[in-house]
Amino acid sequence: MSKKATFSADILRLDPAVETDRIVASIRDIVFNQLKRRGAVVGVSGGIDSTVVAFLCARALGKDRVHALFTPEDESSPDSLQLGRAVTEALGIQSTLEDISPILSGARCYERRDASIRLVIEEYNATYKCKIALPDPLEGGDYSLFSVVVQSPEGQTKRVRLTPAAYLGIVAATNFKQRSRKMMEYYYADLLQYAVAGTPNRLEYDQGFFVKNGDGSADFKPIAHLYKSQVYQLASYLNVPEEIRLRPPTTDTYSLDQSQEEFYFTLPLEKMDLCLYAKNNGVSAAELAPSLEMSAEKVERIYRMIEMKRKAARYLHAPPLLSDSSL
Amino acid sequence: MLLEAVSQQVRTFVIENYLFGQERTLQDDESFLDAGIIDSTGVLELVAFLEDKYDIKVADNELTIENLDSVGKVSEYVRRKLAVASPEADPASDMTRTGQGL
Repeated sequence: MSKKATFSADILRLDPAVETDRIVASIRDIVFNQLKRRGAVVGVSGGIDSTVVAFLCARALGKDRVHALFTPEDESSPDSLQLGRAVTEALGIQSTLEDISPILSGARCYERRDASIRLVIEEYNATYKCKIALPDPLEGGDYSLFSVVVQSPEGQTKRVRLTPAAYLGIVAATNFKQRSRKMMEYYYADLLQYAVAGTPNRLEYDQGFFVKNGDGSADFKPIAHLYKSQVYQLASYLNVPEEIRLRPPTTDTYSLDQSQEEFYFTLPLEKMDLCLYAKNNGVSAAELAPSLEMSAEKVERIYRMIEMKRKAARYLHAPPLLSDSSL
Repeated sequence: MLLEAVSQQVRTFVIENYLFGQERTLQDDESFLDAGIIDSTGVLELVAFLEDKYDIKVADNELTIENLDSVGKVSEYVRRKLAVASPEADPASDMTRTGQGL
């Protein structure tokens, strides 16, 4: 059978029972034998990735050895907490709610971010809602530049492309959110002598869709090898509540709803999955193109963007580098 | 020549901002992507530089590899944008007169 004939989304199908057993065995070995910790802390966002990690940890370590953490802040969607609670109730695991808004206010997260937004939208103030977003991939070129989208209390929206200073200022300030959450997870890890579970999937891990020393930090990352569609397959096998499986992926980082596509990937996640898999496995752009209903040229450009982001992610993945290699 | 002047300015910008002024040969046709010189934040900075320096507006659909992936491609893109903006004038002399440092 030719490679072309077999290449479709089906290539990402896995045996969820086998894969679950494999990951569960690995979590048990990592946490108990390698890290010598008594359990796992999981930051549960109500999204599919952290939910699947919580389910896997509960299966691997026992429900009494998993502690879920909810870390909402003033701009979080209420849905996230509600869905997070559905996870802990389904699993019967312990959980704690830690509102990180005071930490963020203390670090002047919102104030710094708002000042950066005002660099490009003077009238913006704290009564507005906001997000940053990439253009529609069908309208843009190969590279995508972020715009800020604001919504006034009256409901009027405005979109302005960001300057470098505004973009960097917004991102640097917003990253306090992920880093504050991680700080809180390690508080509970210290308290309980647990390990912190990271929740990135393969797309996020590979392409650097995480904050260094924020959600990128963890003691183990049990689903970092799984494509997003494979995470959904495991979710279905593990009987993750349907409301979580059906929820569109969101970053839940800004006060306006922001999909992961408009924040990072610019392509629907299922297509990014296929592109990444194909690139990693030597499938040519011409072979992949029919599955995506795109031209080979377009796919080739996506391959180059994947490579660009992968190179940029090296800094994010890098541990502290030593000047003397004798250690 | 305008193209050569733009080319030199873009090269200087890239070397100072992405190679941190470290001495390195940067060929006109060297791909920024393949060499890992510019990431997505770098593209944002490059576009801001071009818009500010040459008083042009880079549209989303112009953010392409063809336009922005090497010193040569960027320079040629700027030349085309300036020609469209002032088709009746010689962009080189116009830019020189307005003192934008070409």
